[in-house]
Amino acid sequence: MSMTATAPQQMLHTTITHRFAMRKRRALAVPVLIVAYLIYVFFAFDLAGLAGRARLDNGAILLKDFWSYKTHVTRDNRSGEVSVAVEGERKGTYPAGQAPDWVTLGAVTNIALPGGAHATYDGPTARLDIPDFGRVTVAPDGRQIVLTLPDGAALPDWISAAPNRVDINRGKWRFSMTKSRTEVFRYQPGWELFFFTIDSPFHGKSLGDMIALALWEPRLDATQPNIVAMANGFWTNRMWHHDQVFGALGETVLMAFLGTMGAGLIAFPLAFFAASNFAPARSVRLLLRRLFDFLRGVDGLIWTVILSRAFGPGPLTGSLAILMTDTGTFGKTFSEALENIDGKQVEGIASTGATTLQRARFGVIPQVAPVVLSQLLYYLESNTRSATVIGALVGGGIGLLLTQAIITQKDWEEVCYYMILIVLMVMVMDSLSGWIRRRFIKG
Amino acid sequence: MTDARASLTADYLGQVKRKRLYGGILLILFAALMTSGWMVADGRNAGGFWSGLHRILDFPTEILSEAAQNWRNLPGLFIHYLPSLVETLNIAAVSTLFGAGLATVLAMLSTRGLALWPRLIPVFRRMMDILRAVPEIVIALVLIFILGGGPVPAMIAIALHTTGALGKLFSEVSENCDIKPVEGLESVGANWLQRVWFGIIPQVAPNWSSYALLRFEINIRASAILGFVGSGGIGYDLKTSLQWGLGKYDEVVAIFLLLFVTIMIVDHFSDRARARLVKGGRV
Repeated sequence: MSMTATAPQQMLHTTITHRFAMRKRRALAVPVLIVAYLIYVFFAFDLAGLAGRARLDNGAILLKDFWSYKTHVTRDNRSGEVSVAVEGERKGTYPAGQAPDWVTLGAVTNIALPGGAHATYDGPTARLDIPDFGRVTVAPDGRQIVLTLPDGAALPDWISAAPNRVDINRGKWRFSMTKSRTEVFRYQPGWELFFFTIDSPFHGKSLGDMIALALWEPRLDATQPNIVAMANGFWTNRMWHHDQVFGALGETVLMAFLGTMGAGLIAFPLAFFAASNFAPARSVRLLLRRLFDFLRGVDGLIWTVILSRAFGPGPLTGSLAILMTDTGTFGKTFSEALENIDGKQVEGIASTGATTLQRARFGVIPQVAPVVLSQLLYYLESNTRSATVIGALVGGGIGLLLTQAIITQKDWEEVCYYMILIVLMVMVMDSLSGWIRRRFIKG
Repeated sequence: MTDARASLTADYLGQVKRKRLYGGILLILFAALMTSGWMVADGRNAGGFWSGLHRILDFPTEILSEAAQNWRNLPGLFIHYLPSLVETLNIAAVSTLFGAGLATVLAMLSTRGLALWPRLIPVFRRMMDILRAVPEIVIALVLIFILGGGPVPAMIAIALHTTGALGKLFSEVSENCDIKPVEGLESVGANWLQRVWFGIIPQVAPNWSSYALLRFEINIRASAILGFVGSGGIGYDLKTSLQWGLGKYDEVVAIFLLLFVTIMIVDHFSDRARARLVKGGRV
């Protein structure tokens, strides 16, 4: 190698070093830009203020409610009646004189609580025996609620006392007394009354008993076999409404199915007129293309707003909204598939004297069918998810139930139930569409 | 010879017949499902299809005529709603960034031949499946209860869904890439991060960016919808204007137009960018 490198070599060397330096700078610029953008967003979204606004106690309630239920033991301080109700709901109330085994009703109501605690309603007075603390007495006195602590005890942070209300919160159970009512809440894991409500003859039976009842034990209700009665009891459960929930799931899948397939049926013939190799005229093709772009560009949100004005809330509106956007998407992809077909097959069919329709049927459709079908199936699956959201917008299907349950801000166990069902539904649709695609399209 | 040919023809025709029969049955089944499905949907809807069909243009005419009367307001309204639009776009962009980042990690951990813990591949796959299956609205509404309104719940919700959706696509791409550069890097003692960074990322970058761009388009729509249901962005403004009803329809039209134009522009540029990324040529 001589010291005097030839000019072209020299130039090559400089250009390459220059390019490397450029690339290096560009490679560094990307992360720097992203970080700068994230810093901007940090302030734009007011993340610092978010910490102050966040209600973590709400989060704790929610997480607890997802997997547990509470039973209310309530004494109406006006009538003196004591009632026991799951989640404090009328539909979950035990019939008069009945209670779970940790409550004894009578002249004096005894309530056994977790952690060895014990509550007693003796007339209007409530006594609470709390281990490691002692006996707490709460009693109404005129308009006031009087709290008596054990001798020498200071007010702990888990008791809050106001002149007209006393609250005790021990995590696994809570107590509260106002002038009108005395209440103990006991939290227990599980979804109570998920299968049968209290009025059902099958309530509280163990799994073994249930199997025995279903298979060989005598009928509890003479008019129908036990297994039918069980199915009925479960299906018409008034606390969990399984019939309505599964109906809503069906409605959601229906919206996705009608929307996707309807869009496919409309888009497929139109795609021929929008494909450059089939379009009768350039103007028709351009017009259709713009139409497809328009349908896609007007977002599902806008379609739901416009359509629900005409058709009112419900699954039909949801189906039509999905149909509108997907007609645009399918029109585009189908016409692209049609443009990519092999012309030789069509020529071959044409050489036998086939008409236009026959050429399309035997020359074109077999080529595009796999693309079209797999697109349809893929969108069917993804629309099942969209239909949940659209259902919340148009008021139909599981999306509606979900938003309603969330708005009440207390039925979190139902929210959890719906979430699990939605995930399962989407996964089932996912594997179903995947299975059909593998089985029928890829051979 | 002729016998064989005759039986062959008969066999073939028999097969064709059977195929046609199955096709016919499927077609009838499909038609029955479609008609009964539309009838059920029609029955459960608040207003029927035929009674509503002639009213389908009423609302667009109403809002457009009001906007036409107050057309002078429109430029001002566009500027007024621009910050909300930017918020909607920000939600989509940030959630795509975070989602793509998490998806990269999950995809790498669930790619055969590359995973750090090959035994855990099914676990990471399941994780992505679940993230993908949870609709954004579920997470968003629950988070609104905890975090209050604003863009953050929507951002987190969309980012989680994006993680699942992109993770699956990313791992499909990386499953198909050439493992030889990774082996070469391994032979010179590169650690896992270096193997991924120099061996895999250059191969998958075009496809991955193309998928991320497509996801960005989808996320803009999702963030507009989530704004409508709960928290920030232009969706929320649309909801308040709609609730106001008559007299605010120029605002509705302004928001519709902003959304429409934004979606068209983003779709157009991302389409071109994706074509360049995947095909390498200029389109």
